[in-house]
Amino acid sequence: MFENLSERLDRSFKLLKGEGKITEINVAETLKDVRKALLDADVNYKVAKQFTDTVKEKALGQNVLTSVKPSQLMVKIVHDELARLMGGTAIDVELKSSPAVILMSGLQGSGKTTFSGKLANMLKSKKGKNPLLVACDVYRPAAIEQLRVLGEQIGVPVYSEIDSKNPVQIALNAVKEARAKGHDLVIVDTAGRLAIDEQMMNEIAAIKKALNPDEILFVVDSMTGQDAVNTAKEFNERLDFNGVVLTKLDGDTRGGAALSIRSVVDKPIKFVGTGEKMDALDIFHPERMADRILGMGDIVSLVERA
Amino acid sequence: SKTKENVFTKIARAIAGKSKVDDEVLDNLEEVLITSDVGVDTTLKIISRIEKRVASDKFVNTQELTAILRDEIASLLTENNTEDTEGFTTPDDKKPYVIMVVGVNGVGKTTTIGKLAYQFKKAGKKVYLGAADTFRAAAVEQLVIWGERVGVSVIKQKMGSDPASVAYDTLNSAVANDADVVIIDTAGRLHNKINLMNELTKIKNVMKKVVPDAPHEILLVLDGSTGQNAFEQAKQFTAATEVNALAITKLDGTAKGGVVIGISDHFRIPVKYIGLGEGMEDLQVFQRKEFVNSLFGE
Ligand SMILES: Nc1nc2c(ncn2[C@@H]2O[C@H](COP(=O)(O)OP(=O)(O)OP(=O)(O)O)[C@@H](O)[C@H]2O)c(=O)[nH]1
Ligand SMILES: Nc1nc2c(ncn2[C@@H]2O[C@H](COP(=O)(O)OP(=O)(O)OP(=O)(O)O)[C@@H](O)[C@H]2O)c(=O)[nH]1
Ligand SMILES: [Mg+2]
Ligand SMILES: [Mg+2]
Repeated sequence: MFENLSERLDRSFKLLKGEGKITEINVAETLKDVRKALLDADVNYKVAKQFTDTVKEKALGQNVLTSVKPSQLMVKIVHDELARLMGGTAIDVELKSSPAVILMSGLQGSGKTTFSGKLANMLKSKKGKNPLLVACDVYRPAAIEQLRVLGEQIGVPVYSEIDSKNPVQIALNAVKEARAKGHDLVIVDTAGRLAIDEQMMNEIAAIKKALNPDEILFVVDSMTGQDAVNTAKEFNERLDFNGVVLTKLDGDTRGGAALSIRSVVDKPIKFVGTGEKMDALDIFHPERMADRILGMGDIVSLVERA
Repeated sequence: SKTKENVFTKIARAIAGKSKVDDEVLDNLEEVLITSDVGVDTTLKIISRIEKRVASDKFVNTQELTAILRDEIASLLTENNTEDTEGFTTPDDKKPYVIMVVGVNGVGKTTTIGKLAYQFKKAGKKVYLGAADTFRAAAVEQLVIWGERVGVSVIKQKMGSDPASVAYDTLNSAVANDADVVIIDTAGRLHNKINLMNELTKIKNVMKKVVPDAPHEILLVLDGSTGQNAFEQAKQFTAATEVNALAITKLDGTAKGGVVIGISDHFRIPVKYIGLGEGMEDLQVFQRKEFVNSLFGE
């Protein structure tokens, strides 16, 4: 559906044959293309604007090597800036307390329950942890059962209270249980909620207060559109979360929400979900994400070779 | 309490203190539309239509702009959409009326089915649900709970069994029990997974062995907070299963709904239902006029 950015830039630079330098004039049209590519990828409108301003500053006056087309140089500048914004080295989850507590948060259907299972599985098998999963979604039909089934698949016990409607109390009881049974890690799944739902946001703030978690993760669907920034901002204001989890990246979404969220809340993206199965979990790669947002494959390595 | 900022309030803010439509107003309008997920192409289309009207009319102030914008959005919604659906009804000559529900992961398929079952039952119909998501953890239990909540029958097999076989069973039971409506739940699947898309075709075809013209309705569920990927979803699911109705969910979130405009501009598939919450009653039949009114805060 979308034309790849490098093709677009090639086209707009065709009009400027013979230019040896990137100038204010020849960059204007190109920046428009960059901006459109970002908007097509669901990068937030304001973030896209800011981003193209930064790119313009970096691009102006750069000498174009004879071996590299100006469009390629532009793509590299755009790509590197994207990767820089989303990057820094991947940051692991920090687990200090005993038991350490990780709390999930996010909108309905974003992938919290699935990710809770995946994370328990990863930390168990790769870091030798002994996790306890906790079912604090008391609303969604069969939410507890869903976590229980996942726990069974990965051999991790699930703490739940079938008759309780009080997630704060369930969470506190779970930590007690973890202590008693020697679990060094507690992963708390919560119900999906809208950022504008005051009552539900109060609830998760209360869970945070009661547990004082080592890590709070914001789980977000990578297909999310322009509203990703508002949602992330509001969850961050209430929870001051430690990191972001981007799910469903096995789809074909360009995933501009990653850039938007990173720019607006300045919290690292820690994990990406790449499937429904319990092992479909990866750490975040800013370079790959930059390529993806721009809708391109290997143009960058091509420029680097030139 | 839940509040949301509609497109109108955003536009009002964008054009505050101006009396004439100039480039700045149009820029602000562009921002409003794009940040509502209308999409770049549809936004540019709306803007250029407005530019044309501004050029032909001698003077347009910003109050008039709102009226024009309203007009343009309403016409975009009608151009590719067929008639609005009248309430929660099914055609009398199709019994049972079979609805197959499809979509990517987590958009709200199962919940929408629960809400639809509630509405059809309330309208006096005998409803059967088929739990053909045999893959996702506790998907069957989730539908069973909805069935209990609403008071309708759910046909199921055990986890991991063939979804086509569940659909077949459901139609058989529905026919044997003289049901009016059958709704088949399917597992969420991303549209770029060819095997999973082929599975949908198989489920669809199996139904014809029981009810020759089933499924009558293939309802694609889209999450209202999804961005531009919604277009690819609509395209791929339509290619695989001949989608003929859309449901847009989670519109109780913030200033959304723009995706409805973009989708209507690109596809000739009517938006039939909108989801506005997690409760049984939080589903509405989509009415273009009301939708446009709600965008403009009336
Ligand atoms: N393809 C794919 N599907 C995913 C991924 N992560 C989760 N899912 C699917 O997305 C759907 C929703 O996932 P859940 O884990 O139930 O989401 P949730 O946030 O717990 O949902 P609520 O509790 O209802 O708010 C399910 O069908 C999952 O199998 C992913 O990385 N890739
Ligand atoms: N706020 C809001 N939440 C909704 C709406 N519709 C569904 N949900 C929630 O979204 C989440 C996912 O809904 P499901 O019905 O399980 O979605 P699904 O498409 O069946 O998911 P999979 O079968 O896993 O692909 C649940 O937490 C629902 O309660 C809606 O209109 N508004
Ligand atoms: Mg969940
Ligand atoms: Mg479902």
